[in-house]
Amino acid sequence: MMRMTGAELTVRLLERQGVRTICGIPGGAILPLYDALSQTDKIHHVLARHEQGAGFMAQGMARVSGQPEVCFASSGPGATNLVTAIADACLDSIPMVAITGQVPQSMIGTDAFQEVDIYGITVPITKHNFLVRSAQELLEVIPDAFRIAMSGRPGPVLVDVPKDVQNEVIEFADFPPPAVPDKAPEIDMDALETAARMINEAERPVLYLGGGVVSSGASSLAITLAEQASMPTTMTLMALGAMPMDHPLSIGMLGMHGARHTNFVLEEADLLVVVGARFDDRAIGRAASFCPNAKIVHIDIDRSELHKIKTAHVGLHSDVRTALEALLPRVKVTLREHWLSHVESLKQRFPMQLPGADDPRTHYGLVQAVASVLDDSAVITTDVGQHQMWVAQAYPFRRPRQWLTSGGLGTMGFGMPAAIGAALAEPERTVVCFSGDGSFKMNIQELATLAEQGLNVKIVLMNNNSLGLVYQQQNLFYGKRVFASKYRGAPDFVKIAEGFGIPAVNLDDAEDPRTTLAQVLKQPGPCLIHASIDREQFVYPMVPPGAANTEMIGG
Amino acid sequence: MIEQVADPLPQAGFAKIVLELEVNNHPGVMSHICNLFARRAFNVEGILCMPLGDARRSRIWLLVYEDQRLDQMVRQLEKLEDVLAVRQHGAEHEVFERLESFFH
Repeated sequence: MMRMTGAELTVRLLERQGVRTICGIPGGAILPLYDALSQTDKIHHVLARHEQGAGFMAQGMARVSGQPEVCFASSGPGATNLVTAIADACLDSIPMVAITGQVPQSMIGTDAFQEVDIYGITVPITKHNFLVRSAQELLEVIPDAFRIAMSGRPGPVLVDVPKDVQNEVIEFADFPPPAVPDKAPEIDMDALETAARMINEAERPVLYLGGGVVSSGASSLAITLAEQASMPTTMTLMALGAMPMDHPLSIGMLGMHGARHTNFVLEEADLLVVVGARFDDRAIGRAASFCPNAKIVHIDIDRSELHKIKTAHVGLHSDVRTALEALLPRVKVTLREHWLSHVESLKQRFPMQLPGADDPRTHYGLVQAVASVLDDSAVITTDVGQHQMWVAQAYPFRRPRQWLTSGGLGTMGFGMPAAIGAALAEPERTVVCFSGDGSFKMNIQELATLAEQGLNVKIVLMNNNSLGLVYQQQNLFYGKRVFASKYRGAPDFVKIAEGFGIPAVNLDDAEDPRTTLAQVLKQPGPCLIHASIDREQFVYPMVPPGAANTEMIGG
Repeated sequence: MIEQVADPLPQAGFAKIVLELEVNNHPGVMSHICNLFARRAFNVEGILCMPLGDARRSRIWLLVYEDQRLDQMVRQLEKLEDVLAVRQHGAEHEVFERLESFFH
């Protein structure tokens, strides 16, 4: 028989699950768990400066590794500070297990100090959540949390552990086996045959890849499918990197800030093969006008995504990788010369416009100058706003899990902690976080964590001293009534970084920004690279909210 | 970021549907189910929940109106970890009718 406290048991179960890094912040209600954590050398604890930072660090690790990663927070404000990072993981289908301390069970429901119903709060933003009522339950709950986080469509799970449960001593015979994912659903072979026939018979098919292709590890299969059937391929924001940007069949990112030719190609498609994507409104614009002439084959592991926004002619409830493996031998090798040459001519006539791409002092130029110094092994994270879209449009992504961005929730403050997480999981890589001055300030305290960990994270701060995308929309859609989107003060980010112990350069002062960039990006360790950009530069093309994707302006 | 301009919500129909759910019985299951309907703006007209034989499971009866989104709601329900089965019955099901006398 084994005998230990709930806290020790939790730590042992995490070790056995293969967890090697946990990000978090201790506090009263989670101290027994931290005490147990201090007694293991198998798990490295990273002390964040705000629980939201810890949540995004765990996400950063999970987004590069594909495995569920863990964050810790105490009860009350510690737990509520995790909420945004959990919701973000839910919308982007990122596997994560958040463990929170809770006041002792005898005090639950008494409005005790730092008591909050985090179980109730996280019901709508988790795949599942638990309030653990005895140490015995941990033997089931901890493996279950990991199983749920990584099975099917991945997502976050929260485990709330009252302090008395952490302290309770139990005896048990054996540890449960580490969790493995549930078996994927069986493919409906009739539907698969129909899908193959529709692809073979189509004249103008388009392949539409979503984040599910990345999370199921099906990128190379998707590329093979595109090549075999001569399908021009578009990617959602979440899928960038699934097919190399410079692949001849890639037509780039679709949607609100996609290139004109991308949305025009989709308009003409007679068949849309949607793989691991969910017809998000930013991707498809007005749903009724999206791909008006196309039949739809939709493959997704989440059955509730099929027919949710667009009714599919064939809906395949399946793991994407399994479905593509089964589909490939049934899809004829076809060279659709006419369609591909038409796509090529649309590309030529309506290319992605990247004004200033040769000048590293412009937004597009800066993105491309950074890319030219790095190779495909680098990981790129972003915050949310104009800089995020510029990077999505102009960075040459060439491999899955190279690109980490907050897609569904659109969380400003995501970029730097996610970059720290990526560097914790894969310390041999260079991690670059593109940020904006608005977003950067939302988790700027994590510079302290970064300095402490000494990770190879470079922050490229594109500073227009405003909430650029808000400023852009007020200019375009609110009669130029610019309100609450321009900052009056202008913090000195170079000094701030240096104050945190992070080396910093200001590209504005560099005689040759390319040389400076090359120097600092090649140097190991953290660095902040500050670059002022022009506030009057907007993200184009842009589909106005509520409009069809073909009604884009600019670009 | 930007205001959403969605297509208008499909009108709720008038046909009643009775949903029968078999769920794990522990505190919190009701909140998962009610929360799902609430956050997707799908009205629940009636709700009834009692534990089954050995109290490890419960049965929940929901009275809803037929709606284009019902199929989506059922799929979302089936995704919940604690929901073991969902069955649909027509308005002729008498579970709520027999309770009428308690509400008049």
